[in-house]
Amino acid sequence: MSDRRRFLLAAAAAGASSALAACGWDGGPLEGTLARVSRFNDGVSARLFGEGRLARTYPIARRTPENHFPAYYVTDGGMPMLKDPAAWRLEVGGLVRRPTVFTLDQVQALPRLTYTVKHHCVEGWTAIATWSGARFAALADRVEPLPAARYVMIRSFDNGYSNGWDLPSALHPQTILAYAFNDRPLMPDHGAPLRLYSPTKLGYKLTKYVYAVEFTATRPGGYWEDQGYPWFGGL
Amino acid sequence: MPANVPSAEYRPPPPGVFVHRHHWIVRVTHWVNAVVLLGMMASGLQIYGAYPHFGIRGRPLPLPNPFDNRGLPHWARLGGWLAGGLNWHFALMWLLFANGLVYLLYLLFSGEIRQLAFRPRDIAPAIEMQKYYLGLRKEHPVQGKHNALQKGAYSFIVALGCVSILSGLALWKPVQLGFLTAMFGGYEITRYWHFLAVWLFTAFIVVHVVLVFVVDPASLRAIITGRYRGRFPSGTAATAPRIAPPNTEEHAAVAATAAAAAAAAAVAEPEPDAQRPEDTP
Repeated sequence: MSDRRRFLLAAAAAGASSALAACGWDGGPLEGTLARVSRFNDGVSARLFGEGRLARTYPIARRTPENHFPAYYVTDGGMPMLKDPAAWRLEVGGLVRRPTVFTLDQVQALPRLTYTVKHHCVEGWTAIATWSGARFAALADRVEPLPAARYVMIRSFDNGYSNGWDLPSALHPQTILAYAFNDRPLMPDHGAPLRLYSPTKLGYKLTKYVYAVEFTATRPGGYWEDQGYPWFGGL
Repeated sequence: MPANVPSAEYRPPPPGVFVHRHHWIVRVTHWVNAVVLLGMMASGLQIYGAYPHFGIRGRPLPLPNPFDNRGLPHWARLGGWLAGGLNWHFALMWLLFANGLVYLLYLLFSGEIRQLAFRPRDIAPAIEMQKYYLGLRKEHPVQGKHNALQKGAYSFIVALGCVSILSGLALWKPVQLGFLTAMFGGYEITRYWHFLAVWLFTAFIVVHVVLVFVVDPASLRAIITGRYRGRFPSGTAATAPRIAPPNTEEHAAVAATAAAAAAAAAVAEPEPDAQRPEDTP
Protein backbone atom coordinates (compact mmCIF):
# COMPACT_ATOMS: atom_id res chain seq x y z
CA MET A 1 0.00 0.00 0.00
CA SER A 2 1.45 3.33 -1.00
CA ASP A 3 1.80 6.17 1.47
CA ARG A 4 -0.81 8.14 -0.39
CA ARG A 5 -3.32 5.34 -0.24
CA ARG A 6 -2.66 4.90 3.48
CA PHE A 7 -3.12 8.65 3.94
CA LEU A 8 -6.42 8.61 2.06
CA LEU A 9 -7.72 5.76 4.19
CA ALA A 10 -6.64 7.50 7.38
CA ALA A 11 -8.29 10.75 6.23
CA ALA A 12 -11.52 8.92 5.40
CA ALA A 13 -11.51 7.19 8.79
CA ALA A 14 -10.86 10.47 10.61
CA GLY A 15 -13.65 12.18 8.71
CA ALA A 16 -16.14 9.40 9.42
CA SER A 17 -15.31 9.19 13.12
CA SER A 18 -15.47 12.96 13.62
CA ALA A 19 -18.84 13.02 11.87
CA LEU A 20 -20.08 10.29 14.22
CA ALA A 21 -18.68 12.05 17.27
CA ALA A 22 -20.59 15.20 16.30
CA CYS A 23 -23.94 13.42 16.41
CA GLY A 24 -26.21 14.24 19.30
CA TRP A 25 -23.78 16.97 20.30
CA ASP A 26 -25.02 20.37 21.51
CA GLY A 27 -22.08 22.27 20.05
CA GLY A 28 -19.75 22.37 23.07
CA PRO A 29 -17.12 25.06 22.47
CA LEU A 30 -18.99 26.16 19.34
CA GLU A 31 -22.07 27.25 21.31
CA GLY A 32 -20.78 30.83 21.48
CA THR A 33 -20.36 30.91 17.71
CA LEU A 34 -23.83 29.45 17.22
CA ALA A 35 -25.27 32.13 19.51
CA ARG A 36 -23.54 34.85 17.47
CA VAL A 37 -24.91 33.42 14.22
CA SER A 38 -28.35 33.28 15.83
CA ARG A 39 -28.04 36.98 16.66
CA PHE A 40 -27.00 37.67 13.08
CA ASN A 41 -30.10 35.75 11.95
CA ASP A 42 -32.21 38.01 14.20
CA GLY A 43 -30.91 40.93 12.16
CA VAL A 44 -31.71 39.16 8.89
CA SER A 45 -35.20 38.36 10.22
CA ALA A 46 -35.77 41.99 11.22
CA ARG A 47 -34.82 43.06 7.69
CA LEU A 48 -37.12 40.50 6.11
CA PHE A 49 -39.96 41.64 8.37
CA GLY A 50 -42.47 43.75 6.47
CA GLU A 51 -44.04 46.28 8.83
CA GLY A 52 -47.24 46.31 6.80
CA ARG A 53 -47.15 42.73 5.52
CA LEU A 54 -50.09 40.76 6.89
CA ALA A 55 -50.24 37.08 7.71
CA ARG A 56 -52.94 35.19 5.87
CA THR A 57 -56.34 34.83 7.59
CA TYR A 58 -58.65 31.82 7.35
CA PRO A 59 -62.40 31.19 7.33
CA ILE A 60 -63.83 30.12 10.69
CA ALA A 61 -64.57 26.68 9.22
CA ARG A 62 -60.82 26.02 9.09
CA ARG A 63 -60.41 26.31 12.88
CA THR A 64 -58.54 23.48 14.57
CA PRO A 65 -60.77 21.50 16.99
CA GLU A 66 -60.05 23.05 20.38
CA ASN A 67 -59.08 19.74 21.98
CA HIS A 68 -56.31 19.48 19.38
CA PHE A 69 -54.88 22.96 20.11
CA PRO A 70 -52.12 22.46 22.70
CA ALA A 71 -51.62 24.95 25.52
CA TYR A 72 -48.27 25.23 27.28
CA TYR A 73 -47.11 26.96 30.46
CA VAL A 74 -43.93 26.71 32.50
CA THR A 75 -45.30 26.75 36.08
CA ASP A 76 -44.76 23.43 37.85
CA GLY A 77 -47.77 21.60 39.16
CA GLY A 78 -50.70 23.33 37.54
CA MET A 79 -51.97 25.99 35.24
CA PRO A 80 -51.22 29.59 36.30
CA MET A 81 -54.50 31.10 37.55
CA LEU A 82 -55.38 34.38 39.23
CA LYS A 83 -56.76 34.05 42.74
CA ASP A 84 -58.62 37.31 42.31
CA PRO A 85 -59.19 38.11 38.60
CA ALA A 86 -60.78 41.46 39.50
CA ALA A 87 -57.49 42.61 41.05
CA TRP A 88 -55.54 41.98 37.86
CA ARG A 89 -53.97 45.04 36.23
CA LEU A 90 -51.80 45.64 33.18
CA GLU A 91 -48.88 47.92 34.03
CA VAL A 92 -47.42 49.71 31.03
CA GLY A 93 -44.26 51.71 31.61
CA GLY A 94 -40.58 52.09 30.87
CA LEU A 95 -39.53 54.60 28.21
CA VAL A 96 -42.97 56.17 27.77
CA ARG A 97 -44.36 59.65 28.30
CA ARG A 98 -47.45 58.42 30.14
CA PRO A 99 -46.96 55.25 32.20
CA THR A 100 -50.43 53.77 32.68
CA VAL A 101 -52.11 51.00 34.66
CA PHE A 102 -55.01 49.40 32.76
CA THR A 103 -57.90 47.33 34.06
CA LEU A 104 -59.17 44.54 31.80
CA ASP A 105 -62.19 46.72 30.92
CA GLN A 106 -59.85 49.50 29.83
CA VAL A 107 -57.84 47.11 27.66
CA GLN A 108 -61.09 45.85 26.12
CA ALA A 109 -62.12 49.44 25.40
CA LEU A 110 -59.08 49.93 23.13
CA PRO A 111 -59.52 49.50 19.34
CA ARG A 112 -60.17 45.84 18.84
CA LEU A 113 -59.12 43.32 16.21
CA THR A 114 -60.47 39.82 15.55
CA TYR A 115 -58.82 37.41 13.15
CA THR A 116 -58.66 33.69 12.36
CA VAL A 117 -55.01 32.84 11.79
CA LYS A 118 -52.51 30.02 11.85
CA HIS A 119 -50.41 29.45 14.94
CA HIS A 120 -46.86 28.18 14.26
CA CYS A 121 -45.12 26.44 17.13
CA VAL A 122 -41.32 26.23 17.09
CA GLU A 123 -41.74 22.47 17.49
CA GLY A 124 -43.20 22.30 14.00
CA TRP A 125 -46.93 21.99 14.60
CA THR A 126 -49.59 24.40 13.41
CA ALA A 127 -53.18 25.10 14.43
CA ILE A 128 -55.82 27.63 13.41
CA ALA A 129 -57.92 29.66 15.84
CA THR A 130 -59.76 32.95 16.14
CA TRP A 131 -58.30 35.54 18.48
CA SER A 132 -59.73 38.90 19.57
CA GLY A 133 -57.84 41.60 21.38
CA ALA A 134 -56.68 45.16 21.66
CA ARG A 135 -54.25 46.34 19.03
CA PHE A 136 -50.85 46.68 20.63
CA ALA A 137 -50.28 49.82 18.55
CA ALA A 138 -53.37 51.38 20.16
CA LEU A 139 -51.98 50.63 23.61
CA ALA A 140 -48.68 52.22 22.56
CA ASP A 141 -50.55 55.33 21.40
CA ARG A 142 -52.03 55.72 24.89
CA VAL A 143 -48.70 55.56 26.69
CA GLU A 144 -46.67 57.44 24.03
CA PRO A 145 -43.30 55.69 23.79
CA LEU A 146 -40.24 57.95 23.87
CA PRO A 147 -38.02 58.08 20.76
CA ALA A 148 -35.40 56.06 22.67
CA ALA A 149 -37.77 53.10 23.03
CA ARG A 150 -36.78 50.38 20.55
CA TYR A 151 -37.93 47.21 22.30
CA VAL A 152 -40.73 45.93 24.48
CA MET A 153 -40.51 43.54 27.42
CA ILE A 154 -43.69 41.57 28.10
CA ARG A 155 -43.95 39.96 31.54
CA SER A 156 -46.07 37.01 32.56
CA PHE A 157 -47.20 35.68 35.95
CA ASP A 158 -46.37 32.17 34.65
CA ASN A 159 -43.33 31.52 36.84
CA GLY A 160 -41.31 34.48 35.55
CA TYR A 161 -41.99 33.83 31.85
CA SER A 162 -41.29 36.80 29.64
CA ASN A 163 -40.53 37.81 26.05
CA GLY A 164 -38.53 40.63 24.53
CA TRP A 165 -39.86 42.04 21.28
CA ASP A 166 -38.56 44.50 18.72
CA LEU A 167 -40.79 47.58 18.46
CA PRO A 168 -41.69 47.17 14.74
CA SER A 169 -43.06 43.66 15.43
CA ALA A 170 -45.00 44.90 18.47
CA LEU A 171 -46.53 47.76 16.46
CA HIS A 172 -47.42 45.49 13.50
CA PRO A 173 -51.14 45.82 12.62
CA GLN A 174 -51.78 42.16 13.58
CA THR A 175 -50.13 42.29 17.02
CA ILE A 176 -52.80 42.24 19.71
CA LEU A 177 -53.26 41.75 23.43
CA ALA A 178 -55.82 38.97 23.15
CA TYR A 179 -58.67 38.44 25.62
CA ALA A 180 -60.83 36.11 23.52
CA PHE A 181 -60.17 32.74 21.91
CA ASN A 182 -62.64 31.32 19.35
CA ASP A 183 -65.25 33.99 20.23
CA ARG A 184 -65.22 33.25 23.98
CA PRO A 185 -63.31 34.91 26.82
CA LEU A 186 -59.75 33.65 27.08
CA MET A 187 -59.45 30.68 29.48
CA PRO A 188 -56.48 29.93 31.75
CA ASP A 189 -55.10 27.30 29.32
CA HIS A 190 -54.51 29.96 26.65
CA GLY A 191 -53.24 32.63 29.02
CA ALA A 192 -56.19 34.35 30.75
CA PRO A 193 -56.77 37.13 31.31
CA LEU A 194 -54.51 38.58 28.60
CA ARG A 195 -52.09 37.12 26.10
CA LEU A 196 -49.88 38.69 23.47
CA TYR A 197 -50.75 37.35 20.03
CA SER A 198 -49.47 37.73 16.47
CA PRO A 199 -49.53 35.42 13.45
CA THR A 200 -46.08 36.73 12.48
CA LYS A 201 -44.26 35.25 15.49
CA LEU A 202 -43.60 31.72 16.71
CA GLY A 203 -45.74 30.55 19.62
CA TYR A 204 -43.05 30.93 22.28
CA LYS A 205 -42.93 34.68 21.57
CA LEU A 206 -46.66 35.03 22.33
CA THR A 207 -46.57 35.73 26.05
CA LYS A 208 -49.48 34.34 28.07
CA TYR A 209 -50.74 35.53 31.48
CA VAL A 210 -49.45 39.05 30.74
CA TYR A 211 -49.30 41.57 33.59
CA ALA A 212 -46.70 44.13 32.48
CA VAL A 213 -45.35 45.81 29.37
CA GLU A 214 -42.14 47.79 29.50
CA PHE A 215 -40.66 49.87 26.66
CA THR A 216 -36.86 49.70 26.67
CA ALA A 217 -33.85 51.04 24.76
CA THR A 218 -31.80 47.84 25.00
CA ARG A 219 -32.79 44.40 23.82
CA PRO A 220 -34.56 42.50 26.59
CA GLY A 221 -34.13 38.73 26.88
CA GLY A 222 -36.89 36.23 27.49
CA TYR A 223 -37.64 32.88 29.06
CA TRP A 224 -36.81 30.63 26.07
CA GLU A 225 -34.68 33.20 24.27
CA ASP A 226 -32.21 33.22 27.18
CA GLN A 227 -31.96 29.44 26.96
CA GLY A 228 -30.95 29.47 23.32
CA TYR A 229 -34.10 29.81 21.21
CA PRO A 230 -33.89 32.38 18.40
CA TRP A 231 -34.64 35.81 19.86
CA PHE A 232 -36.58 37.26 16.92
CA GLY A 233 -38.74 34.18 16.42
CA GLY A 234 -40.45 35.80 13.43
CA LEU A 235 -42.33 33.96 10.74
CA MET B 1 -23.64 11.93 -33.31
CA PRO B 2 -24.27 8.40 -31.99
CA ALA B 3 -25.62 8.48 -28.48
CA ASN B 4 -22.81 6.47 -26.91
CA VAL B 5 -19.95 8.60 -28.20
CA PRO B 6 -18.66 11.22 -25.77
CA SER B 7 -19.05 14.83 -26.73
CA ALA B 8 -16.23 16.45 -28.65
CA GLU B 9 -15.36 18.58 -25.63
CA TYR B 10 -13.54 15.61 -24.14
CA ARG B 11 -10.95 13.44 -25.78
CA PRO B 12 -9.99 10.53 -23.55
CA PRO B 13 -6.24 10.17 -23.11
CA PRO B 14 -4.86 6.64 -23.11
CA PRO B 15 -5.50 4.68 -19.89
CA GLY B 16 -2.80 4.71 -17.25
CA VAL B 17 -2.17 8.43 -17.50
CA PHE B 18 -3.02 10.90 -14.77
CA VAL B 19 -5.61 13.37 -15.98
CA HIS B 20 -6.87 16.57 -14.42
CA ARG B 21 -10.32 15.60 -13.22
CA HIS B 22 -11.54 18.12 -10.65
CA HIS B 23 -10.72 21.80 -10.23
CA TRP B 24 -9.80 22.75 -6.66
CA ILE B 25 -13.06 24.69 -6.32
CA VAL B 26 -14.98 21.50 -7.08
CA ARG B 27 -12.92 19.48 -4.59
CA VAL B 28 -13.21 22.03 -1.77
CA THR B 29 -16.95 22.60 -2.29
CA HIS B 30 -17.53 18.84 -2.53
CA TRP B 31 -16.02 18.15 0.90
CA VAL B 32 -17.44 21.24 2.56
CA ASN B 33 -20.82 20.17 1.22
CA ALA B 34 -20.34 16.61 2.51
CA VAL B 35 -19.75 17.83 6.08
CA VAL B 36 -22.31 20.66 6.04
CA LEU B 37 -25.04 18.55 4.46
CA LEU B 38 -24.59 15.83 7.09
CA GLY B 39 -24.83 18.54 9.75
CA MET B 40 -27.97 20.00 8.14
CA MET B 41 -29.62 16.58 8.00
CA ALA B 42 -28.67 15.66 11.57
CA SER B 43 -29.84 19.00 13.01
CA GLY B 44 -32.96 18.81 10.86
CA LEU B 45 -33.78 15.40 12.29
CA GLN B 46 -33.28 16.85 15.77
CA ILE B 47 -35.86 19.54 14.91
CA TYR B 48 -38.20 16.95 13.38
CA GLY B 49 -38.14 15.00 16.66
CA ALA B 50 -39.89 17.90 18.45
CA TYR B 51 -43.07 17.15 16.48
CA PRO B 52 -42.70 13.92 14.49
CA HIS B 53 -45.90 14.26 12.46
CA PHE B 54 -47.12 15.96 9.30
CA GLY B 55 -50.30 17.96 8.88
CA ILE B 56 -52.05 20.63 10.90
CA ARG B 57 -53.13 19.68 14.45
CA GLY B 58 -56.18 17.43 14.40
CA ARG B 59 -55.88 16.73 10.67
CA PRO B 60 -52.84 14.54 9.88
CA LEU B 61 -51.69 14.50 6.27
CA PRO B 62 -52.03 11.03 4.72
CA LEU B 63 -48.41 10.99 3.49
CA PRO B 64 -46.03 8.06 3.83
CA ASN B 65 -43.76 8.52 6.86
CA PRO B 66 -42.08 5.53 8.50
CA PHE B 67 -40.89 7.91 11.23
CA ASP B 68 -44.34 9.08 12.28
CA ASN B 69 -44.63 9.52 16.04
CA ARG B 70 -41.00 8.65 16.66
CA GLY B 71 -37.86 10.64 16.47
CA LEU B 72 -34.61 9.50 14.95
CA PRO B 73 -31.96 7.73 17.08
CA HIS B 74 -29.57 9.87 19.08
CA TRP B 75 -26.61 9.23 16.78
CA ALA B 76 -28.51 10.66 13.80
CA ARG B 77 -29.25 13.97 15.53
CA LEU B 78 -27.22 17.11 16.12
CA GLY B 79 -27.86 19.81 18.70
CA GLY B 80 -28.89 17.90 21.82
CA TRP B 81 -32.31 19.57 22.08
CA LEU B 82 -34.68 21.58 19.91
CA ALA B 83 -32.96 24.96 20.40
CA GLY B 84 -29.54 23.37 19.78
CA GLY B 85 -30.83 21.72 16.62
CA LEU B 86 -32.34 25.00 15.42
CA ASN B 87 -29.14 26.95 16.07
CA TRP B 88 -27.02 24.39 14.21
CA HIS B 89 -29.52 24.31 11.35
CA PHE B 90 -29.76 28.10 11.06
CA ALA B 91 -25.95 28.47 11.20
CA LEU B 92 -25.03 25.69 8.78
CA MET B 93 -27.67 26.91 6.31
CA TRP B 94 -25.43 29.88 5.45
CA LEU B 95 -22.47 27.58 4.76
CA LEU B 96 -24.65 25.27 2.67
CA PHE B 97 -25.98 28.21 0.68
CA ALA B 98 -22.62 29.96 0.21
CA ASN B 99 -20.86 26.72 -0.71
CA GLY B 100 -23.59 25.75 -3.16
CA LEU B 101 -23.47 29.21 -4.71
CA VAL B 102 -19.68 29.05 -5.20
CA TYR B 103 -20.05 25.62 -6.83
CA LEU B 104 -22.86 26.70 -9.15
CA LEU B 105 -21.00 29.86 -10.15
CA TYR B 106 -17.93 27.75 -10.89
CA LEU B 107 -20.01 25.39 -13.05
CA LEU B 108 -21.49 28.31 -14.96
CA PHE B 109 -18.31 30.31 -15.52
CA SER B 110 -16.04 27.35 -16.28
CA GLY B 111 -18.56 25.93 -18.72
CA GLU B 112 -18.35 22.63 -16.85
CA ILE B 113 -22.10 22.72 -16.52
CA ARG B 114 -22.18 21.33 -20.08
CA GLN B 115 -20.63 18.07 -18.86
CA LEU B 116 -22.96 17.89 -15.89
CA ALA B 117 -26.41 19.01 -16.96
CA PHE B 118 -28.73 16.21 -17.99
CA ARG B 119 -30.40 17.08 -21.28
CA PRO B 120 -32.95 15.25 -23.45
CA ARG B 121 -30.15 13.85 -25.63
CA ASP B 122 -28.79 12.05 -22.55
CA ILE B 123 -31.87 9.86 -22.27
CA ALA B 124 -30.73 7.18 -24.77
CA PRO B 125 -27.19 6.88 -23.30
CA ALA B 126 -28.73 6.73 -19.83
CA ILE B 127 -30.72 3.68 -20.91
CA GLU B 128 -27.50 2.10 -22.28
CA MET B 129 -25.75 2.73 -18.94
CA GLN B 130 -28.65 1.22 -17.07
CA LYS B 131 -28.43 -1.87 -19.32
CA TYR B 132 -24.73 -2.15 -18.49
CA TYR B 133 -25.40 -1.96 -14.76
CA LEU B 134 -28.14 -4.58 -15.09
CA GLY B 135 -25.79 -6.90 -16.99
CA LEU B 136 -27.80 -6.65 -20.22
CA ARG B 137 -24.80 -5.17 -21.97
CA LYS B 138 -21.23 -6.46 -21.71
CA GLU B 139 -18.96 -3.49 -22.31
CA HIS B 140 -19.16 -0.15 -20.47
CA PRO B 141 -20.56 2.47 -22.86
CA VAL B 142 -18.07 5.10 -23.99
CA GLN B 143 -18.52 8.25 -21.96
CA GLY B 144 -17.28 11.77 -21.46
CA LYS B 145 -16.32 13.13 -18.06
CA HIS B 146 -19.55 11.70 -16.66
CA ASN B 147 -21.83 9.08 -18.07
CA ALA B 148 -25.47 9.89 -18.76
CA LEU B 149 -26.69 8.30 -15.54
CA GLN B 150 -24.15 10.30 -13.57
CA LYS B 151 -25.33 13.44 -15.33
CA GLY B 152 -28.88 12.56 -14.33
CA ALA B 153 -27.88 11.89 -10.74
CA TYR B 154 -25.75 15.03 -10.38
CA SER B 155 -28.35 17.24 -12.04
CA PHE B 156 -30.99 15.76 -9.77
CA ILE B 157 -28.93 16.34 -6.65
CA VAL B 158 -28.25 19.97 -7.55
CA ALA B 159 -31.99 20.44 -8.12
CA LEU B 160 -32.69 18.71 -4.80
CA GLY B 161 -30.28 21.11 -3.11
CA CYS B 162 -32.20 24.05 -4.57
CA VAL B 163 -35.55 22.57 -3.48
CA SER B 164 -34.18 21.99 0.04
CA ILE B 165 -32.99 25.57 0.37
CA LEU B 166 -36.19 27.06 -1.03
CA SER B 167 -38.47 24.84 1.08
CA GLY B 168 -36.29 25.64 4.09
CA LEU B 169 -36.75 29.37 3.50
CA ALA B 170 -40.49 28.77 3.12
CA LEU B 171 -40.55 27.09 6.55
CA TRP B 172 -38.33 29.67 8.21
CA LYS B 173 -40.42 32.66 7.02
CA PRO B 174 -43.89 31.41 6.03
CA VAL B 175 -45.35 34.91 6.43
CA GLN B 176 -42.60 37.15 5.01
CA LEU B 177 -41.94 34.66 2.17
CA GLY B 178 -45.55 33.48 2.04
CA PHE B 179 -45.49 33.20 -1.77
CA LEU B 180 -42.77 30.56 -1.46
CA THR B 181 -44.70 28.61 1.18
CA ALA B 182 -47.81 28.77 -0.99
CA MET B 183 -45.79 27.57 -3.99
CA PHE B 184 -44.85 24.42 -2.08
CA GLY B 185 -48.49 23.81 -1.14
CA GLY B 186 -48.65 25.47 2.29
CA TYR B 187 -46.62 25.18 5.49
CA GLU B 188 -47.52 21.60 6.44
CA ILE B 189 -46.80 20.16 2.98
CA THR B 190 -43.61 22.24 2.67
CA ARG B 191 -42.45 20.61 5.89
CA TYR B 192 -42.97 17.24 4.28
CA TRP B 193 -40.99 18.16 1.12
CA HIS B 194 -38.19 19.41 3.31
CA PHE B 195 -38.21 16.12 5.24
CA LEU B 196 -38.43 14.01 2.07
CA ALA B 197 -35.30 15.75 0.78
CA VAL B 198 -33.37 14.24 3.73
CA TRP B 199 -34.19 10.72 2.54
CA LEU B 200 -33.47 11.51 -1.10
CA PHE B 201 -30.09 12.93 -0.06
CA THR B 202 -29.48 9.85 2.08
CA ALA B 203 -30.32 7.52 -0.82
CA PHE B 204 -28.07 9.52 -3.12
CA ILE B 205 -25.16 9.44 -0.67
CA VAL B 206 -25.45 5.66 -0.21
CA VAL B 207 -25.55 4.95 -3.95
CA HIS B 208 -22.86 7.55 -4.67
CA VAL B 209 -20.41 6.06 -2.12
CA VAL B 210 -21.16 2.44 -3.07
CA LEU B 211 -20.57 3.18 -6.77
CA VAL B 212 -17.30 4.96 -6.00
CA PHE B 213 -15.91 1.86 -4.29
CA VAL B 214 -17.51 -0.76 -6.54
CA VAL B 215 -17.22 0.83 -9.98
CA ASP B 216 -14.48 3.45 -9.89
CA PRO B 217 -12.31 3.61 -6.72
CA ALA B 218 -9.84 5.85 -8.58
CA SER B 219 -12.44 8.63 -8.47
CA LEU B 220 -11.92 8.92 -4.69
CA ARG B 221 -8.34 10.03 -5.29
CA ALA B 222 -9.57 12.44 -7.97
CA ILE B 223 -12.04 14.24 -5.67
CA ILE B 224 -9.24 14.68 -3.09
CA THR B 225 -6.13 15.42 -5.17
CA GLY B 226 -7.83 16.42 -8.42
CA ARG B 227 -5.89 13.85 -10.44
CA TYR B 228 -7.51 10.77 -11.90
CA ARG B 229 -6.02 7.58 -13.27
CA GLY B 230 -8.64 4.90 -13.67
CA ARG B 231 -11.07 3.20 -15.95
CA PHE B 232 -12.81 6.27 -17.27
CA PRO B 233 -10.16 8.81 -18.26
CA SER B 234 -11.29 12.11 -19.72
CA GLY B 235 -10.01 15.64 -19.85
CA THR B 236 -6.43 16.73 -20.39
CA ALA B 237 -3.42 14.68 -19.35
CA ALA B 238 -1.86 15.97 -16.15
CA THR B 239 1.68 15.76 -17.51
CA ALA B 240 0.90 17.51 -20.79
CA PRO B 241 0.25 21.22 -21.29
CA ARG B 242 -3.39 22.17 -20.94
CA ILE B 243 -5.19 22.44 -24.24
CA ALA B 244 -8.32 24.32 -25.16
CA PRO B 245 -11.27 22.10 -26.06
CA PRO B 246 -10.55 20.95 -29.62
CA ASN B 247 -13.10 22.34 -32.00
CA THR B 248 -11.30 21.81 -35.30
CA GLU B 249 -9.35 18.99 -36.90
CA GLU B 250 -6.18 20.92 -36.21
CA HIS B 251 -6.95 21.21 -32.50
CA ALA B 252 -7.83 17.55 -32.39
CA ALA B 253 -4.49 16.67 -33.92
CA VAL B 254 -2.68 18.80 -31.32
CA ALA B 255 -4.66 17.15 -28.56
CA ALA B 256 -3.86 13.69 -29.86
CA THR B 257 -0.17 14.54 -30.01
CA ALA B 258 -0.20 15.90 -26.49
CA ALA B 259 -2.05 12.85 -25.21
CA ALA B 260 0.45 10.57 -26.90
CA ALA B 261 3.31 12.52 -25.36
CA ALA B 262 1.66 12.22 -21.98
CA ALA B 263 1.25 8.50 -22.47
CA ALA B 264 4.91 8.17 -23.38
CA ALA B 265 5.88 10.17 -20.30
CA ALA B 266 3.71 7.93 -18.13
CA VAL B 267 5.23 4.79 -19.59
CA ALA B 268 8.72 6.16 -19.00
CA GLU B 269 7.88 6.75 -15.36
CA PRO B 270 8.56 3.58 -13.34
CA GLU B 271 6.19 4.21 -10.41
CA PRO B 272 3.47 6.78 -11.11
CA ASP B 273 2.25 6.48 -7.51
CA ALA B 274 5.52 7.92 -6.32
CA GLN B 275 4.95 11.03 -8.42
CA ARG B 276 4.90 14.07 -6.16
CA PRO B 277 1.98 16.49 -6.44
CA GLU B 278 4.43 19.33 -7.17
CA ASP B 279 5.29 17.62 -10.43
CA THR B 280 1.89 18.44 -11.82
CA PRO B 281 1.11 21.78 -13.36
